[in-house]
Amino acid sequence: MARYIAVRLALAVGVLWAAYTVSFVILYLVPGDPVAAMASGGQEGTPVSAAELAAMRAEYGFDDPLLVQYGSRLWSALQGDFGASIQTGQSVTAAIASALPNTAQLAGSAFVLAVVLGVGLALVATFTQVRWLKQFLLGLPPVGVSLPTFWVGLVLVQWFSFQLGWLPALGEHGWRSLVLPAITLAIPIGAILAQVTASCLQEALDEPYIVTARATGITRRAIHLQHALRNAALPVLTVAGLVVGGLLAGSVVVETVFSRAGVGRLTVTSVGFQDLPVVQGIVVFAAAIFVIANLVVDLLLPLADPRVTVGKARA
Amino acid sequence: MTTPSSRAALRLTVLSSAAFLLAACSGAGAASTANNGADPAAQTAQAPDEVTPGGTLSFAVGSDQGCVDPAQVGSNDTIYSVRHLVDSLTDQDPETGEIVPWLAESWEISDDASEFTFTLREGATFSDGAPVDAEAVQANFDRLTELGARATLARGYLAGYEGTEVVDEHTVTVSFEAPNAQFLQATSTHTLGLLSPESAARSDDERCASVIGSGPFVLEDYTPNSSITLTQRADYAWGSSLWQHEGAAYLDRLEFSVVPESGVRLGAVQSGEVDVIGNIAAQDELALAGTDVQLLPRSNPGIPFGLYLNHDTPVLSDPAVREAISLAINREEITGAVYPSFALPATSSLSSTTPLYADQSPLLGHDPAAAEQVLQEAGFTQGADGIYERDGERAAFEILWFNNAATNAPTLELIQQQLATVGIEVTLSEGQVADWGTRIAEGDFEANWGNLTRADADILRTSYSSEGANSYRLPASELDQVLAAQAAAADPAERADLAAQAQEGVLAGHHTVPVVELTTVLAAGPTVYGVAYDASSRVQLFDAWIGQ
Repeated sequence: MARYIAVRLALAVGVLWAAYTVSFVILYLVPGDPVAAMASGGQEGTPVSAAELAAMRAEYGFDDPLLVQYGSRLWSALQGDFGASIQTGQSVTAAIASALPNTAQLAGSAFVLAVVLGVGLALVATFTQVRWLKQFLLGLPPVGVSLPTFWVGLVLVQWFSFQLGWLPALGEHGWRSLVLPAITLAIPIGAILAQVTASCLQEALDEPYIVTARATGITRRAIHLQHALRNAALPVLTVAGLVVGGLLAGSVVVETVFSRAGVGRLTVTSVGFQDLPVVQGIVVFAAAIFVIANLVVDLLLPLADPRVTVGKARA
Repeated sequence: MTTPSSRAALRLTVLSSAAFLLAACSGAGAASTANNGADPAAQTAQAPDEVTPGGTLSFAVGSDQGCVDPAQVGSNDTIYSVRHLVDSLTDQDPETGEIVPWLAESWEISDDASEFTFTLREGATFSDGAPVDAEAVQANFDRLTELGARATLARGYLAGYEGTEVVDEHTVTVSFEAPNAQFLQATSTHTLGLLSPESAARSDDERCASVIGSGPFVLEDYTPNSSITLTQRADYAWGSSLWQHEGAAYLDRLEFSVVPESGVRLGAVQSGEVDVIGNIAAQDELALAGTDVQLLPRSNPGIPFGLYLNHDTPVLSDPAVREAISLAINREEITGAVYPSFALPATSSLSSTTPLYADQSPLLGHDPAAAEQVLQEAGFTQGADGIYERDGERAAFEILWFNNAATNAPTLELIQQQLATVGIEVTLSEGQVADWGTRIAEGDFEANWGNLTRADADILRTSYSSEGANSYRLPASELDQVLAAQAAAADPAERADLAAQAQEGVLAGHHTVPVVELTTVLAAGPTVYGVAYDASSRVQLFDAWIGQ
């Protein structure tokens, strides 16, 4: 077990390094640089001479050969120092840390909502014997997956904030301003979970052991919840680990629509500004979350199903 | 010469909504709404008689520059808030362009415009208790010249800075190596707003996180990408001579929140969730028509949107080609088709709200037939595909543009069509915004679509003199002397005359092709009063208040 975790962690480091390197290469292939962006003052400044630009670049170390920059930045990153934002001067870790609580709240509540709605919908859809209701419920997830998040957010704001005035449209002012963004973010993720859960439940319900269980006289409800759901839980857990990445990606859109200052918005502004240190910090952070979420899922699987073992030699 | 005041949209106190909507409905003619707003007193009379002080004004902007130091901020969305943290030595009357007292009671300028002596008013303090005195001014200017890449505006204003001498507690002399007439106007900008000596001494990055000024509001909280909150300074008593009332500001708090989605901003101002919003585009104007939301337009001073031409490009180095381009462009058509109804077509190389603006519309006429004639006289003949050519060289060039305004793409497509009808071929090349500085500085473009906001005619010199950065590679000419002379003229009448010559010179040589003036439009709720624009078309909320 300990060895398994050690191997997984080693792989995780590899993933983080790859994320760092790929994002570095991409960011440096994009024309322009943050110094030029900064000196342009949003196109309002007077053009700066080429010599002055070069001097400013030297100040930030952007004139070093790429490999030297890569090496020195990677070395600092290994020590947990991602440098300072070029746009604001704030340290990258502080910038991410201050944006994180907003995103954690949003992603956390959206995840809970997605699990409750998604799994709940799947349970009801597979349990009900009313044919039209079953078909209606099973028809919902594909719709949820295909609705653009951006559009859903704008529609919800228009309706619940501007027309009805029930909930605030912007900012982070307590739970009330969390409701609409959490729903917006939960819809596509809940829809994926609902789809997977429903199909796994249906598959489990068709297994011979269910027939056996039924023959022993257990109620339908008990069979559904205790036997089928437990077996269907495995793939659902695995998918849940994967959608954590979807939560981070979705927060980019949701935080923009709902004017929330989270990691998603930080990503958008930093990319727009080519604020290399911040973008790289976020990429590594997102990769770390993804790696950890999936490690946790893998460690949970044996608890859900004793047939699954980790770390044993697969001879 | 037309005086700026007769044309320009000047101090725009918020109109009462009824009067405003009436004007807004008159379509294209509404451009004059702003310009007729001459007498602020007449407008405020339409508001309730009693001012209701107190309360919080919430203001939604589209972006955050990531910095609250006025010296290091260039984006309007952030200037709107940080402008209220600092006072300036002088203020500029948006109606006349005249420089008037603020922290400085009076000033003297040496005959060659290289030495400026300011006499400071007494009693003003920074919010940390430090006095606004000669040493504070010295500390600020000395520090401004050391600021890094974010402060390119400040560096431009202080070009050739020699030093600041403390004459006595309330008198300072700022000296430059060469004449620098624009410096006086620069002292009225947010960029040269004064910080407390302790704040000024901090590093660039520390100043970005928090600053202490002497302004009517102090910074309460700054959350990057989210909000900037300011609270009123109760003991404030040294406002600009242009403001409508004395003492502290009417509002208790200003809350600027960053709302990136334009649809959400519009909905928020309509539903009353916020009081004022920025970044109103042409399509938003439609959405707000028929509501009680007030639209507040003002043309930006400086260089209008237009084509900057790289004179190193073979085709564009020929004055005939440049003239044909200017003649082929139909400014009225572009303004009417693409821009908000308030926008004005360019009528000079400076926009109409710039002090010392001089109408040059005869030089900016639309005449496609004349354009073709100019090309033919220069030896061009029409090729099989309708494009003119001379010795195998086609009358064709590329326009580099950036997607920093929604109006850019449709405007340029229209220009492309208009030039095609006279046999000039244009290709459009979209660049990355972050790439702008490098490509312009290195001359890596043929023509560039852009504008510059600055409420001083000296912007012509920094943009078109062959002696400066010369980003557009102009050849040395008599224009250089005119531009240098206006920068050195301390006498207002003499400077006005030289500025008019400079505007004419830039256009007579067809060094640039101005097309349309940038118009800043804000929208405010029906009970918001007293919102004003300063001379640089940025919002001033000292006199603003919210009615019942």
